[in-house]
Amino acid sequence: MSNRLINILVPAVSVVLGLLVGALIMLFTGYDPIEGYAALWNGIFGDIYAIGETIRQITPYILAGLAVAFAFRTGLFNIGVEGQLIVGWFAAAWVGVAFTDLPAFIHLPLAVLAAAVAGAFWGFIPGLLKAKLKVHEVIVTIMMNYIALFVTNALIRYVSDGGDNTGRIAESASLGSPFLQGLTDFSRLHYGILIALAMVFVMWFILEKTKTGFELKAVGFNQNASEYAGMNVSRNIILSMVIAGAFAGLAGAMEALGTFQYANVKGGFTGIGFDGIAVALLGANTPLGVVFGATLFGALQYGSLNMPNEAGVPVEIVSIVIAIIIFFVASGYVLRLFLEKISSKKEAK
Amino acid sequence: MEYVIEMLNIRKEFGNFVANDNITLQLKKGEIHALLGENGAGKSTLMNVLFGLYQPEAGEIRVKGQKVDIANPNIANDLGIGMVHQHFMLVENFTVTENIILGNELTKGGVIDKKVAAKKITELSEMYGLDVDPTAKIEDISVGMQQRVEILKTLYRGAEILIFDEPTASLTPQEIEDLIGIMKRLIAEGKSIILITHKLKEIMEVSDRVTVIRKGQGIGTVTTAETNPNELASLMVGRQVEFKTVKKDATPGEDALVIKDLVVQDYRGIDKVKNLSLTVRKGEILGLAGIDGNGQSELIEAITGLRKTKSGTVFINGNEITNLKPRKVTESGIGHIPEDRHKHGLVLDFPIGHNIALQTYYKEPIAKNGIMNYSKVSELAKKIIADYDVRTTGEDALARSLSGGNQQKAIIGREVYRDPDLLIAALPTRGLDVGAIEFIHQRLIEQRDNGKAVLLLSYELDEVMNVSDRIAVMYDGYIIDTLDPKKTTEQELGLLMAGQAKQRRSKQGETAHVE
Repeated sequence: MSNRLINILVPAVSVVLGLLVGALIMLFTGYDPIEGYAALWNGIFGDIYAIGETIRQITPYILAGLAVAFAFRTGLFNIGVEGQLIVGWFAAAWVGVAFTDLPAFIHLPLAVLAAAVAGAFWGFIPGLLKAKLKVHEVIVTIMMNYIALFVTNALIRYVSDGGDNTGRIAESASLGSPFLQGLTDFSRLHYGILIALAMVFVMWFILEKTKTGFELKAVGFNQNASEYAGMNVSRNIILSMVIAGAFAGLAGAMEALGTFQYANVKGGFTGIGFDGIAVALLGANTPLGVVFGATLFGALQYGSLNMPNEAGVPVEIVSIVIAIIIFFVASGYVLRLFLEKISSKKEAK
Repeated sequence: MEYVIEMLNIRKEFGNFVANDNITLQLKKGEIHALLGENGAGKSTLMNVLFGLYQPEAGEIRVKGQKVDIANPNIANDLGIGMVHQHFMLVENFTVTENIILGNELTKGGVIDKKVAAKKITELSEMYGLDVDPTAKIEDISVGMQQRVEILKTLYRGAEILIFDEPTASLTPQEIEDLIGIMKRLIAEGKSIILITHKLKEIMEVSDRVTVIRKGQGIGTVTTAETNPNELASLMVGRQVEFKTVKKDATPGEDALVIKDLVVQDYRGIDKVKNLSLTVRKGEILGLAGIDGNGQSELIEAITGLRKTKSGTVFINGNEITNLKPRKVTESGIGHIPEDRHKHGLVLDFPIGHNIALQTYYKEPIAKNGIMNYSKVSELAKKIIADYDVRTTGEDALARSLSGGNQQKAIIGREVYRDPDLLIAALPTRGLDVGAIEFIHQRLIEQRDNGKAVLLLSYELDEVMNVSDRIAVMYDGYIIDTLDPKKTTEQELGLLMAGQAKQRRSKQGETAHVE
């Protein structure tokens, strides 16, 4: 069996296996798996509206995935995407609300930039602590998530005079697109997908084409050799977290300026940042891989919303089924070993 | 005499690369059979075939005359073949007994019976004079002792044939002597040994016969008593090898590196380099001799900017470089072959081509306005790979996949290609075979002949004596003497390295610090 064939077969077989086990679970809990999966399919591809909403759901997953993957490629484990996303969300919404008479070509970029800067700042702190004091970034980023959640909640209350919502952003800061909405039967699909795809290119370009990318990767693999080669190891660690944070901040901007058009007080985490870890790992931490990972995640997450309505499968079972599908895709490595063993045995005979 | 193992006309391919081609190795019962070859010649591949990790494309293996198919290491174990790996496969925080029984645990009612195992281990240990304490933790015992645990592990599993993979690479001279004793004891008890090595001295001392392979080809088998190191070396490398390095007399010029009153501390804040002064002139190789741990590493790290100095100054070509960042030091005209090539010398997960560009990647023509031109990286890499005979499948191969000698040649190529005024070579030949050592010594001498300064740190007396034009002996953070290699002996040098300082000023006019 050729490598190429295995590369195509592994994800395909993984998805099928995941669907099969998911079907068994629906069967055992007394629901019709065919009906369930039909509902999932319709939820994702059923009509043009569903497709628009699916793409909208994928958008922040791409950026959250990039934020994890970028840090990972430089040897850092960014668990703080959630917090970086939340501060980005608030910053974009605040800029969107606070200025009312700016033209769109200034207001929108400003709001997007604010989100990136806020996320970058939230990445900068753990980067600095890691570089200068060797504090492990996993601990700091986890704590920064909580700080982000409660600080933004307090800020939202403050700017809304005790309310729980910033109010709707000005039209001039919105990523909403009448054109895309028109195409998709008035889904909430917005221009953010273009920003997300642009960032996929940016990540690839930085890592594969720039001097900075060369240094970031070298530091990620071997700090001692990087120092020997005259690289500034601390600067590269901080820079990596800053860029990763900016990606995550942009994911927040997608929610603030695109999907919701406001920021509200949150009772808990959005989950997008944590799912970003899985998205990055599914995509093997490559930019294009992240797009595929995010597509799988986003499509399943959005499409599954249709399963309770159309097939009567309870939300909890739906979550288990989705988790199982993702589990099988993520454990593709095991499957790969298995396939390679079969093929090597065949060749031996 | 019967053969216990016969590997006949073995061929092993990896894609288009032929790692073993028509190699025959026949092991007699009760002999120590050396397997000699350069780094990357295919010794480990051949042994992995015998151990069942690889399947050969052609040829056959016979154990005690019976043709066998060794599909995996378990079969090799069952056939009585045991391997003592170069990098020990031990669990650090387990005891000796726990490590030995690992994967082969005796249980009594579901509970591991360590007592029975420990008793068997003690018996084996006494039988072969291994002197191992079964209750000691691995992390608490010396490297030599850990190796004995590896040996015990194979014996415990009933091995009759022991493969030793470069067993002396990480041992002290005393431990090497003990190991040779153990090997002879094993033979006396009826075991047979295959010894993988590229150290000629050990082969001459311990082996009965030698099979030589070169670039994957079986060259032949000779009886140790009927050969000599010169013949073995030329069989291994494929040409005459000079053990005595040939070189013209040095014509030293002006001072290149001047170190004055340097004090350097280690990470605990203890002075490791104490008020040291040293000068290296253009057109000479200064050998820095001494026993490991007398401040040599700290001295070199301080010169190259990897470690901060406490006091004192370092000048290169009259410009002060004390405490400059590594890049500034590099740009001031210093090339540095680091002591630990895996820690400092290479990014192992980068392609070898990227590694070759590691000191020049940020400058034109490779980087322009922050954008990398990777075709220029390949161009540079191809040139150095060709000029320095780096054997690799190409510049895109990961540095990790190259053999130690070829990794080192790539580093040397990278550093010498920049033509630095001072080349610092720290343990440049550690772990390399004679062919690679000769090549590297010639490059160092070439630099010197081109009027450049070379500072050579080495723990090997032979190397210091043969290559240097002047020897500075370092002991306890001081340069205790500076010698002319032509006018000294290994004995004198050895005594100085052990701290037996003579009350005299060296001829070269440098202060001899005496405690």
